[in-house]
Amino acid sequence: MSDVVNDAQPLSGAPAPSRLATARLPRWAPLGIAVGAIVVGFGVGAAAGWKSHIQWGLLALFLFVAGSYAITARVEGRRQAKDRVATSLIWASFILAVIPLYSLVQTTISKGSKALDGTFLTHSMNNVLTIQPGGGVYHAIIGTLEQVAIATAIAAPIGILTAIYLVEYGVGRLARWVTFFVDVMTGVPSIVAGLFILSVWFEATGQAPHEGFAGSLALTILMLPVVVRSTEEMLKLVPNELREASLALGVPKWRTITKVVIPTAVGGITTGVMLAVARIAGESAPIALLVFGSDVINNNPFQGPQSSLPYYIYQQYTNGNDPSYNRAWSAALVLIAFVMILNALARAIARWKAPKTGR
Amino acid sequence: MAKRIDVSGLSAYYGTFRAIDDISMTIEPRSVTAFIGPSGCGKSTFLRTLNRMHEVVPGARVEGKVLLDDENLYGSGVDPVSVRRTVGMVFQRPNPFPTMSIYDNVAAGLRLNGIRKKGELDSIVEKSLKGANLWNEVKDRLNKPGSGLSGGQQQRLCIARAIAVEPQVLLMDEPCSALDPISTLAIEDLIGELKTQFTIVIVTHNMQQAARVSDRTAFFNLAAVGQPGKLIEIDETERIFSNPTVQATEDYISGRFG
Repeated sequence: MSDVVNDAQPLSGAPAPSRLATARLPRWAPLGIAVGAIVVGFGVGAAAGWKSHIQWGLLALFLFVAGSYAITARVEGRRQAKDRVATSLIWASFILAVIPLYSLVQTTISKGSKALDGTFLTHSMNNVLTIQPGGGVYHAIIGTLEQVAIATAIAAPIGILTAIYLVEYGVGRLARWVTFFVDVMTGVPSIVAGLFILSVWFEATGQAPHEGFAGSLALTILMLPVVVRSTEEMLKLVPNELREASLALGVPKWRTITKVVIPTAVGGITTGVMLAVARIAGESAPIALLVFGSDVINNNPFQGPQSSLPYYIYQQYTNGNDPSYNRAWSAALVLIAFVMILNALARAIARWKAPKTGR
Repeated sequence: MAKRIDVSGLSAYYGTFRAIDDISMTIEPRSVTAFIGPSGCGKSTFLRTLNRMHEVVPGARVEGKVLLDDENLYGSGVDPVSVRRTVGMVFQRPNPFPTMSIYDNVAAGLRLNGIRKKGELDSIVEKSLKGANLWNEVKDRLNKPGSGLSGGQQQRLCIARAIAVEPQVLLMDEPCSALDPISTLAIEDLIGELKTQFTIVIVTHNMQQAARVSDRTAFFNLAAVGQPGKLIEIDETERIFSNPTVQATEDYISGRFG
């Protein structure tokens, strides 16, 4: 027993070497190894006269991973070395994933800014020869906004209600079939959705559609499964205890869903809908089939052909001359900006509506 | 206000599995009845049959009768929603609604049932929070989120939420198992005050707690895992803990079980 008492008192003299602590590399070591690997990799590549810069990068990457392992194994030990290799690989994958994204954004901005100005955003291609510079994207922006808005207005309520049915009420065969068909719909190619609406339209009216609304219907088909799936996942994340707490207060099930379940999940549901919007905003195939494309401003989605941003890009690029190329890149930039603004909005809403913590 | 509960021949099932078998007992009004017994013996399941929360689980069903002052909760045409308004429930883990403020949490049951007048809500919220001994701690931050409170405060918030709809009976499923001794003491004191107005049924794994707070105690047991749980005996708490009729009860209470 006396040992225990002695342990509690401060030890005198030098502490014994600890078995728990080992030598550590300094915090800047991974960065240092990375810089060293890049210098050596690029140096060897340049000296050997390799043409492809990808080979330079791969050599640097290999040196980075191998170097991390060797140095860490020597200083810190084998387990830490394995940990460092895993970390290095994740960083390398991250950089590999970011390079195409950066390249895409950088190319679109540098090429798209040539034709992008106030005129471009506020004018159509009406009376502009394709070989002339000038003209604009206004009619395509109007088309995309209206078609996507109509598609969202149809697909979001149906999709969210379907997901509510599946999570809150669905049991048995009907729910299984609904889930199955939602999965099937996820795989429908956009051109098939367009052809489906085309044939239905033809059967119903006897003529081919020339209006934005027909495109919206095809976009609805593409959007619906994405909304259902994402909403379903978000509703499943709502803890069952909250539903039970509400039911135990004598709240009917439908009010429990509208007042407790949906408010808890609304941030995630909004994000899911916005992602679905982003997905359909880039579709050109159904528009080419159903909306026909147009060079003039048409504000009415229920009559006459319209354009849309993806279709406009395709149209300008196939013109095959420099002014049209510039317009195509600028329209691409507008489309990316549109989707990014939507995503930023979705994040803002998700943060604003998220369950609150803190005092 | 408080009502008597008469249970007769009650069995509850999850799909084909019979969780509790043929339970009959009387729960007196304006008293605290404690359910004790080993895990899996069906205490919580039985508790949830008393306000028709059992059937919320898919595939779950109930046989038998539960009379609330002579009215059968499982009679034909009885709306489970009105049953749950009469028989409130507090759960094992504090579960305030995360999107709502403290005020809205307490007002939730009232608002979701159609009471919307600000003045009326204000007075009921204050009364309920005072009833749950939480008013002094939260009166200056009623608009802050309920999830920012400590665990013990959250549980008292849930009790305030449950008593705000003025039920006749309050069911508590291990209300203190996630709480520290101080918060537990606060809730036990609260149970002592609440029993003057409500019929209270509490499930607990803590036998000292059962001895401290309850007037009557029911001991549940199961023959083996996979067998349905049964009511072994129910009696005055003092008798159960000093001189139980059944040997198994004494073994369980004295820790000589199994």
